[in-house]
Amino acid sequence: MDLLRFTTAGSVDDGKSTLIGRLLYDSKSIFEDQLAAVERFSQKRGDARVDLALLTDGLRAEREQGITIDVAYRYFATPRRKFIIADTPGHIQYTRNMVTGASTANLAIILIDARKGVIEQTCRHAFLANLLRIQHVVLAVNKMDLVDYSEETYERIKADFSDFASRLENLVEMTFIPISALNGDNVVDKSDAMPWYKGPTLLYHLETVYVRPGENHVEARFPVQTVIRPHSDEWHDFRGYAGRVAGGVFKPGDAVVALPSGFQSRIKSVHSADGDLQEAFAPLSVTLTLEDEIDISRGDMIVKPNNPPETGQDLEAMICWFSERPLSTRARFALRHTTREVAAIVKDVRYKVNINTLHKIEDDLVFRMNDIGRIAIRTSAPLMFDSYAKNRITGSFILIDEATNETVAAGMII
Amino acid sequence: MSTFHRYQISHLQQLESEAIYVLRETAAQFRNPALLFSGGKDSIVMAWLARKAFHPARMPFALLHVDTGHNFPEAITYRDDFVTLIGARLVVALVQDSINQSRVAEEKGPRASRNKLQTVTLLDAIADNKFDACLGGGRRDEEKARAKERFFSHRNDFGQWDPKNQRPELWNLFNGRKHEGEHFRVFPLSNWTEMDIWQYIQQENIPLPSLYFSHQRRVFRRDGSWLDAETGFANPQPDEPIETRTIRFRTVGDVTCTGAVESTASSLDDIVAEVAAARQTERGTRADDQRSESAMEDRKKEGYF
Repeated sequence: MDLLRFTTAGSVDDGKSTLIGRLLYDSKSIFEDQLAAVERFSQKRGDARVDLALLTDGLRAEREQGITIDVAYRYFATPRRKFIIADTPGHIQYTRNMVTGASTANLAIILIDARKGVIEQTCRHAFLANLLRIQHVVLAVNKMDLVDYSEETYERIKADFSDFASRLENLVEMTFIPISALNGDNVVDKSDAMPWYKGPTLLYHLETVYVRPGENHVEARFPVQTVIRPHSDEWHDFRGYAGRVAGGVFKPGDAVVALPSGFQSRIKSVHSADGDLQEAFAPLSVTLTLEDEIDISRGDMIVKPNNPPETGQDLEAMICWFSERPLSTRARFALRHTTREVAAIVKDVRYKVNINTLHKIEDDLVFRMNDIGRIAIRTSAPLMFDSYAKNRITGSFILIDEATNETVAAGMII
Repeated sequence: MSTFHRYQISHLQQLESEAIYVLRETAAQFRNPALLFSGGKDSIVMAWLARKAFHPARMPFALLHVDTGHNFPEAITYRDDFVTLIGARLVVALVQDSINQSRVAEEKGPRASRNKLQTVTLLDAIADNKFDACLGGGRRDEEKARAKERFFSHRNDFGQWDPKNQRPELWNLFNGRKHEGEHFRVFPLSNWTEMDIWQYIQQENIPLPSLYFSHQRRVFRRDGSWLDAETGFANPQPDEPIETRTIRFRTVGDVTCTGAVESTASSLDDIVAEVAAARQTERGTRADDQRSESAMEDRKKEGYF
């Protein structure tokens, strides 16, 4: 059975929590005691019917105020697939949460309220999914029951969105599905109310869509997490480099280079606790041993000589700014990239992006919370990196404020 | 097609690989981490993964058991055997010590439990041993407050969790930086479900305490589950008659708040089938979560596991 990680994005009141509650409920992932708790709360609050959205509201403030704070993760399984949902709220710190949820997702569901059609927020969600390189986007046109299940309305929304999406640089695969999360139309079961819709239900689509693996299996990349040196008689000479493959395939006998030192060697074994492996590829966690004793430590990267990453101290990147304090140029940060941490200075802000219109902003270059744009960074020591488009692991980084230790930005290398 | 299929791995391999990555990051980013070990199945799986993550070296963590004193004897026997099997070092922090030192007061009444007192013992053990990170077996599918947890969860210098002000966690980049006196809770099993845990135990053939398997036990009924009447830690009231039932435990913790379910599942295969058909969450038998709608959230904010 395989695993699909997806994120859900929507505006306030578009029924996102109801949709997730519906997916969990109709796929029988809700247990009796959870449902009983929700029924009790719904009754106490005086709801007309059991509010499925309550299934996903975790914290007390959320239940009381009927809002969602922070990214929450949900799990369900069908006989075909296991699913991890990163459920991101629509209002506070929206961009920050969606970027977080999208960073580990392979598919995004964007909800559109059929009564409102494609609005600014829809475009913003699509832009972010695109920026984070999510390859599959499902446009769930919700609340079809409130527009009399009108095919015309649905077709108009579809055309409007396609028009907008054609302006995104990294065009993704889009699937449109008309639903009513409240009534369950086309969520798990096919709707009788929309005979004109011939496509799959949302759940069937999630279960069967072919998801290209997010991993890169071409360029070999192995960021070293830690060095394993057992001090035991049995394993006296063992010196292994533990890490999770970030790209490509590693096999015993392969010629490799350790970066940044440039020392060359060959792979002696791909070690695991269950015995040596024939090969390792992303996203497996293994331990590599080499033929030669060379100096390698955490933060170094083992690669192959024929397709090395870029190595350097100057980066161009798109960032999303998370902090309440605005970004000032010349500010110094800790930059965490793979297993390496270096000091970094933001040298220049190239531009910001108006994520509703996709226009570049060049007259206001101050990054405030939730702003997205392009910057130039200089690091204190070399990084071994790829573009984010090529490899999501070796192409991403975070910036940490050295005074507060807060994570203040997410970066995608261009 | 063949190249595509070659690089597919199962969901258990994905979860295993992710957990090992998190365990190694914890070892690399902290000076003195500990692994919270209760003898329950989640902490058993976590310790098993820690053994794998650093093989053939020993895991660079101590196992920390916060012991309420209200244990199932089987769980303690198991704990000591398992620690030997995986070659780890065990540190035990006793709630009884916290009571003797008047750090906490024993709850009173028929439903008295030491579950809540553990928080103080845990925070004291963290301070005394200078642990800067504690690995916990918590899973996001367990409980709704846990659905919002990070892999690396920051705790302030009072050991408290602030759910409204968590660090965003992007890709697999974990920010474990902290100020003096603060610490982290790390949850390598965040993305596992109860089913994944059981399937993994089955796949790896991990030994478990006998409590998880069907057996006859003298029990009494309280709040919809069966509580143990053999160890003497839980106090049946006059209207709670003791009877012998065929039961098993779905979680293993403090005797006073760990309820059993009636079950004839005596093998891992049986249990996986039972879990697949279950209509109650495993925490449905935990009296500690049923004290209120936000019981877990409140305890977590105070510094609970």
